[in-house]
Amino acid sequence: MGFFTRLRDRLGKAREAFAPLFAFGQSKRPLDEAFWYEFEEILLRADFGVATTEKILANLRIVATQELWTTTDQLMARFRRDVAAFLLVPEEPRAPRSAPEVVLVVGVNGSGKTTSIGKLAQRLRGEGKRVLLVAADTFRAAAAEQLAIWAQRSGAEFVRGREGADPASVVFDGVVAGKARAMDVVLIDTAGRLQNKRNLMEELKKMRRVIERELGRPPDETYLVLDATTGQNAISQARLFHEATALTGLILTKLDSTAKGGVVVGVVDTVEVPIRYVGLGESIEALEPFAPQAFLEALFAQE
Amino acid sequence: MLEGLSEKLGPIFARLAGRGRLGESDVDAVMREVRSALIEADVDLDVVKEFLATVRFQAVGSDVLNSLTPAQSVIKIVNDELVALMGGAQARLKYADAPPTVYMLVGLQGAGKTTHAGKLALHLKTGGRTSLLAAADIYRPAAIEQLQTLGQQLELPVFTLPQAKPLEIAQGAVAQARRLGIPTVIIDTAGRLQIDDALMAELEELKAALNPQETLFVADAMTGQEATRVARVFHDRLGITGVILTKMDGDTRGGAALSIHKVTGAPIKFVGTGEKLAALEPFYPDRLASRILGMGDVLSLIEKSQNLYSDQQAKKLEEKLRKAQFTLDDFLDQLRQMRKLGAMKDVLKMLPGGLSQLAAKAQIDERDLDRTEAIICSMTRRERENPDILNASRRKRIAAGSGTQVADINRLIKQFDQARQMMKSLSSMMGGKRPRLPFPMPSGGGPNLGPFGRR
Repeated sequence: MGFFTRLRDRLGKAREAFAPLFAFGQSKRPLDEAFWYEFEEILLRADFGVATTEKILANLRIVATQELWTTTDQLMARFRRDVAAFLLVPEEPRAPRSAPEVVLVVGVNGSGKTTSIGKLAQRLRGEGKRVLLVAADTFRAAAAEQLAIWAQRSGAEFVRGREGADPASVVFDGVVAGKARAMDVVLIDTAGRLQNKRNLMEELKKMRRVIERELGRPPDETYLVLDATTGQNAISQARLFHEATALTGLILTKLDSTAKGGVVVGVVDTVEVPIRYVGLGESIEALEPFAPQAFLEALFAQE
Repeated sequence: MLEGLSEKLGPIFARLAGRGRLGESDVDAVMREVRSALIEADVDLDVVKEFLATVRFQAVGSDVLNSLTPAQSVIKIVNDELVALMGGAQARLKYADAPPTVYMLVGLQGAGKTTHAGKLALHLKTGGRTSLLAAADIYRPAAIEQLQTLGQQLELPVFTLPQAKPLEIAQGAVAQARRLGIPTVIIDTAGRLQIDDALMAELEELKAALNPQETLFVADAMTGQEATRVARVFHDRLGITGVILTKMDGDTRGGAALSIHKVTGAPIKFVGTGEKLAALEPFYPDRLASRILGMGDVLSLIEKSQNLYSDQQAKKLEEKLRKAQFTLDDFLDQLRQMRKLGAMKDVLKMLPGGLSQLAAKAQIDERDLDRTEAIICSMTRRERENPDILNASRRKRIAAGSGTQVADINRLIKQFDQARQMMKSLSSMMGGKRPRLPFPMPSGGGPNLGPFGRR
């Protein structure tokens, strides 16, 4: 099964919400106020949020006037392009790095960090990479056990600290072990934290400093794991985590369950960090690399 | 970050100043802002629409402009309606006639079921009820270990059955509780998507077999528009009797609560407000309403401070205020009271929109409070009672004694003077009535938070 088909099938729920937009694309409905109102509601219901929705619609109205468009079918291709443009973050080609590649994974409680790391480890192991999982969540009960199980399942190596230990010390052990054992990738799982907890964000900064000191460079990737069912708070999450740890990518989880997730458009627009992966299900391989264009096509494809 | 409703409505009413009543178009403008505020707070769009219709009906033609603060009167209408929508007083947990009482926790992955099973157990334990925790989440790796760890921390038994199905585990737990005379069983179930038919059927089976006194839906307060759909499916299939709203210690507005309550009709019984097991609080509709509208949790703050600040202390303070005898000793006293309220950032978070944003910008640092305390403690009694005598050499001595700079002393004194001025005018404004917030607000309202602000 190709990526496109798989994505389309797994996006079942999300696609439902966009079915009316597909209908707009197929019909010659006039661009009257009733249409704009309906359009606005669809976006709001998909968690795009007031600001982003207004931004998208204002832009479309201008283009529609300029292009003398009169029906909805003319508009929808442009809409898709606009959203894709929102989601596409221009990136410099990355310089080759010396192993190990160190990936720090952060996010609020319950967003799916540990599970995402497990899936990521599986994916990397499938590519033949040597992977080390580091359980720097020393706060939540049995968090390390959870990661250990994922390490076992994916055939990755594993480093943990005592429960209640300073997470930065576990990060230190992890990076040292990653170098000593000649790992290709070191994935660091951190405790969930709400972004407005100052001391916990300081703790993240400390982990980052430890990595930088031991590695001679900042973490190669810092992923924020966002739950796709989250509403407008995702913007605050992205902004504050970005301030603390300089994110390089987003992982959007639980996208198979929701017809929403529109808030990521605002998130990417705010922090200008691309979505790297989307979680589309329970199974271990259900974490897909994200490409805006393909994603939107799958979202809008009706058959 | 988010603007509160009061700030958004301000300019609209400024434009309307001097006119008599709110006309249709004025109300439209106001309602648009209310709508945005609610949507930004993640209230379900259909709930918003219905709500606006109700409020609009009340607002058109009401003589809000005759009141001193028209924005406040409209906000009051909106606020009151929101409170009404969320249901009245707090709802208590139901207990079984014949023990054991069974509580079942259900919800999506990552909502916080396991943690809140622990919190609920502690809450009951504090009230003198022992619980048996049943680990019926056999799917998530290490979920059982997590519950076992919580059980150890709480010194409560945890029931597990290796290789068993959730139903067997739950029934085993109830049987064991009956045998051992444990009054309550809390069943932690696996997180599941509402669209996962097989897993939802598993819960139905659990519910039918156990007939729990409460089926508690554990919901993440940060959930967006999806909240309605999720809650509806869970409710349709399981008959939710109560809601636990988690992660309310974040900076989310928590509008999902409204959607969930509207769809299920079930009361919100608890709110999770932190990572510690004791961080479980009863739900207050009025407080959530002001939070959704971005008006801060003033009530909570007032109540918290009232608990800590005795009436006598307050009366004495009021005396001093009126006579303008407010000294640095009192300032220190209040600083300490305020710190008892909780970490500064938690207190400031509860202030209304503008102020809390200001506070966020100022980045309150507990260490600055330490410094302020150190400065005052390094003064002689005479200096504390009469800061006017603080000349350069005294200031230098104090700086050396408290490990700070003379500039810090200067800033503190300036700050203190402002606070004293403000408290004086506040107390005269209230005609001798006791000020509601019995401590000086940092600075006279400007963005400079003085000794509380980080340099």
